[in-house]
Formats: sequence, structure tokens, C-alpha cells
Amino acid sequence: MELIRLQGVDFAYDGRPPVLRGLDFSLSAGQRLGILGPNGAGKSTLFMLCLGLLRPQAGAVYGLGRACREERDFRALRREVGYLFQDPEDQLFSLTVAEDVAFGPLNLGLGRERALELVDGTLGKLGLAGFQRRVTYHLSGGEKRLVSLATVLAMQPRAVLLDEPSNGLDEERSATLERVLMDSELSWAMVSHDRAFLERTCQRVLVLKNGRLQG
Amino acid sequence: MARPSPPAPRQATTHPLDHAPAPGLAARLDPRGKVVVALAYSLLLALCPGPLAPALGLGFSLGLAVWSGLGWRVFWRRALAVNAFVAFLWLFLPWRLGLGPAGGQITLSYNPQGLALAGLITLKANAIFLAVVALLGSSQINDIFHALAHLRLPAKLVTLFVLFYRYLHVMRREYLRLRQAMAVRCFTPGSNLHTYRSLAQLIGVLVLRSLDRSERVYQAMLCRGFAGTFWLLDHFHWRRRDTVFCSLGGAAILSLGLVQWGGTLWN
Repeated sequence: MELIRLQGVDFAYDGRPPVLRGLDFSLSAGQRLGILGPNGAGKSTLFMLCLGLLRPQAGAVYGLGRACREERDFRALRREVGYLFQDPEDQLFSLTVAEDVAFGPLNLGLGRERALELVDGTLGKLGLAGFQRRVTYHLSGGEKRLVSLATVLAMQPRAVLLDEPSNGLDEERSATLERVLMDSELSWAMVSHDRAFLERTCQRVLVLKNGRLQG
Repeated sequence: MARPSPPAPRQATTHPLDHAPAPGLAARLDPRGKVVVALAYSLLLALCPGPLAPALGLGFSLGLAVWSGLGWRVFWRRALAVNAFVAFLWLFLPWRLGLGPAGGQITLSYNPQGLALAGLITLKANAIFLAVVALLGSSQINDIFHALAHLRLPAKLVTLFVLFYRYLHVMRREYLRLRQAMAVRCFTPGSNLHTYRSLAQLIGVLVLRSLDRSERVYQAMLCRGFAGTFWLLDHFHWRRRDTVFCSLGGAAILSLGLVQWGGTLWN
């Protein structure tokens, strides 16, 4: 099943040369894609377009097989496809880890009990058991990264867009992350500068260059 | 809007969220009770016209400070900050400006009432400050925020507090990073135009970065299905010690009130 498709998308930030030109991209359930590209090639921009955080100047975005134009159209898509931001500081806005992880599940309308189960389960899987009451801004960089992954996974998405997930993780944490991802049923698109990591974890690696994806 | 998530059944206290780390009795009390007592106590002392009740209050507050088990270090630095402001009152209040008999010339005369007023303010400020730090400082900051939300303070206000507190740390770190970046390029602040210009730039960059960050934080929240509701996870359990604490606090406040206004009521 097709989760996301971008068709002939053009995008430029205000007053800057275009980043993406006629870009086509799709992610289906069961796919695991890696995306490589030089700095400033528009990798994060691509993800933001997929989830409606930015709107393309030309082209179309399809989510779950339906054309998405307005904020409303993207809401259903965001339940199915999570997004791990490049900077965990952007993602963790609550004071405690448990609250942050529970935020998504509560937004989905799951009750408190179920949300807390998901908090415990997800943190446990990521090797963060006992982190529930930790204060988010006192976590180390690597811990923040894993907790922000937990906030995404706790919503039980079908796919995730991962923006440099292994960045800033030590070997042990990086291995945990890889194991959790590989053991899951998730599909993903993953941006990284680490080609070896992409080749281990993805079925295909695409290169974003000159505003387009090349296989 | 902040809305409490459905309350947990009472027996579900085994969850780690329901247990706060508890060094002393003050820290284990329900923060809702402490917030209410601290507020009522501060309000009463602030309204007292005479020195007797505030002086007694200072005694109470000192007792609270010792009982809170926070250690004198916590109080010492804050006391210095509070009393630095109060010192200005001692400097300015005891003097009265007036016009001389001939007019035109300005006289400065000593005014003992001003001195009494400065003394009263010092008493009140320190009594309130000690009590508030002893009561609120012994809870974790997020417990205080939750208590405010549970006390039905407007949701937007609580959310604002929480986000402010959360991102204050991020901004401080960003500020320090920028200062370090300036320092490694041999920036030494002095009182010259170059310093003012550089510091103005630093502040400008901080503001811009914060704006960008707020945008990204909002986007990240949208990605997790944010639709305007902030959820409260922590729930407090009112215990007998909280009732005892609030009764004692209420009695203390009442007796201070009686000391201050009892005479007028009696007549």
C-alpha cells in the first residue's frame, strides 16, 4: 500500500534558488529507503513536504492514496507516518520524558492507562526503562535522540521519516537504534550521511542531487 | 487548551509516575496544598498595615525554612538578591523632599516614618520570600506546574509557563554557545561601541533562533497529532498529612490575621 507520494514537486524557500525541481518520491508499506545527499540538498525539506509542514510551489502530494492540499488533509497521514526531527531539542517540549512520550498517544485519543502502557513499552524497547520521570532538558544528547524516537514510536505508526537518526549516538546506542528499527515492522525513509548505516538498514539507497532523487 | 487526562483509579499508585522522589516531609506534601497555603500566607502578610504580624510571620517563615530541609545555601543566595532590592528602600525612603520657606530652594529632611515603612517592607519581603521558597522550592518545578493546572489556573497560562521554563534552558545553552564562539575569537567585552554592537547582534541572533525553533517545535507537535490539547499525566493523591499541613497552615494564617486585625474586630 502506498503511504506517501510526491509528484513533480518544486520547492524554493523565500528569495532563494529552488531546492527541489520536479521531484518524484514515493514510500509504500514494506519499503525501507535510504536517502543520501550533500548538505543543503533539501533532504529535510523533502520530509517536511511529505507531511505537509511545507507546501510545494508546484506538483502534488498524496497521502494514503489521497491528494493532500490543506492542513486537514495531512492529519490522517500523520497518524500513520511519524517524523523524527534532526534536532531532538525541537521534538521534546515537555518537562518529563513520560509526558513527552505520552503526548502523541493521548492526541490519538487513547486513554491515560493505554498511553502509560505505551510509554513503558516503548521506553523499555529502546533501553530507556526507568526514564519516565527524568527531566527532558537534563538528558544527554544521545538520550534525547532516543527519547524523541520513543515519542514517535509510541504512536505506533506504520512508517517513519528519520532525519539523521544515528547522528550523535555512541556505538552502543546506535546499535540499539538499529536493532529496534530492524526488529520492527516499520517502513521508513531515512536521511543520513553514513552510507554504511543506510546500506545495512535500507533496501534501496537514493541520492538527492540537483533537486531530484536518483536511484 | 490543557485538560486533565482522565484520572487514574486510586489503586493504580504502583506506577512510577505517581511516586515523586522524596527526601523530606516538605517534599512529599501535595503541591496543591502548598501552593494554596503559600498564596494565602503571602497575601495576608502583604496586606498587614502594622509590624507585629509580619514580625511573627518572619518567625513562622524561619521555622518553615528550617523544616523544609532545603539547606541554608538555597536560601542564602536568594536572600541576598531579595535584600539587594530592599536596601534601596532604606536608602531612599527615610528622606523627604520639600520646598524651602522662600520657595525655589529644595530641602531634604529626615523622615522617621519612611524608616518605619522601610522596616515594615523588609519584614514582609523576607517573611514572604522565606515561606514561598520553603514551600514551593521543596517541590519539583513540573509538580508545581501540574498543581497550578489542577487548581484550574487558566490552561493557556500554565502552558505558557511550561514552555517558557522548558525553552529557557535551551536559550541559555544557545546563549552560552554563542558567547563561547565569540570568546574563542578573542572577544573581550569593554565599554566601547564594538562591544555594544556585538552584544546587540548576539541578542538579535538569539531572538531569531528562538523564533525558528518555536516554528520547528510547533511542526513537531503537529506531526504527533497536536490539536490544541495539552495533556496532564501527573495526578496527585491527597493524604492525611496534606490535610494536617493545610489545617496548620490555615491556623497560622488565621492567628496572624487575628494578631493584626483582632483588636479592631473586638471593638
